[in-house]
Amino acid sequence: MFRQAASRLLTRSTTTLRRLYSTEVATDASSGDAAFVEAWKKVAPNIDPPKTPIQFMEPRPPTPSTLPSKLTVNFVLPYAAELSKAEVDMVIVPATTGQMGILPGHVPTIAELKPGLLSVHEGNDVKKYFISSGFAFVHSNSYADILAVEAVPLDRIDPAQVQKGLSEFTQKLNSASTDLDKAEAQIGVDVHSALNSALTG
Amino acid sequence: MASTAAVPFWRSAGMTYITYSNICANLVRNCLKEPYKSEAISREKVHFSVTKWADGKPQKPTIRSDTPED
Repeated sequence: MFRQAASRLLTRSTTTLRRLYSTEVATDASSGDAAFVEAWKKVAPNIDPPKTPIQFMEPRPPTPSTLPSKLTVNFVLPYAAELSKAEVDMVIVPATTGQMGILPGHVPTIAELKPGLLSVHEGNDVKKYFISSGFAFVHSNSYADILAVEAVPLDRIDPAQVQKGLSEFTQKLNSASTDLDKAEAQIGVDVHSALNSALTG
Repeated sequence: MASTAAVPFWRSAGMTYITYSNICANLVRNCLKEPYKSEAISREKVHFSVTKWADGKPQKPTIRSDTPED
């Protein structure tokens, strides 16, 4: 019985085709979907086949063979694109595992962000934003997509409100009873102390 | 085999990521300086009507809104 299982395992692995990863699929689709065009020509040979959605899409920028000198950043919010394909030298994002610096040629990463400071470095300019939470995706072609729910430049933050919020939530944390109340109060304390250190640091 | 991935405190308290993210965003918006704060709050106002269904028939819809009803 075990001999049969072993031979069945061997045949399965050699005959089943692995589906391609998204980075391996051909990205140049300007020629159109070959199978669709063929099927169309059989049915309506005198009419040009219509364009399919893939022909309207911009192909994924290819991964260059040498290290690019700049990082292309797309920093987006639900209501606006703060940076769209901006070429910068470095971005430092507040990941849950700590401040993470992203340089051109960074290994592809998906990072969850915690409330904290995001800084964009271009030459000698540094632009800082406070992010409420979000995600950062780094791709192999040195494109970084940073998605945040709220991102504000530091000069728009009111320090008095931050202090008030911090003391209010610290009090709530001490008097909280249910798990949910404790979690909400803890979130409040985390966000306000991050705001505080962003303003002072 | 029990999963040993570390669970964030809000997840273990029963909160989803979206709820957590929205709470963080609201707290940040409350700490903004004046013209930006009112812009941000007015941008995030919602107004929608929810209709629950029972036995294939809609029940009375409830309206959830940030604008006071007259």
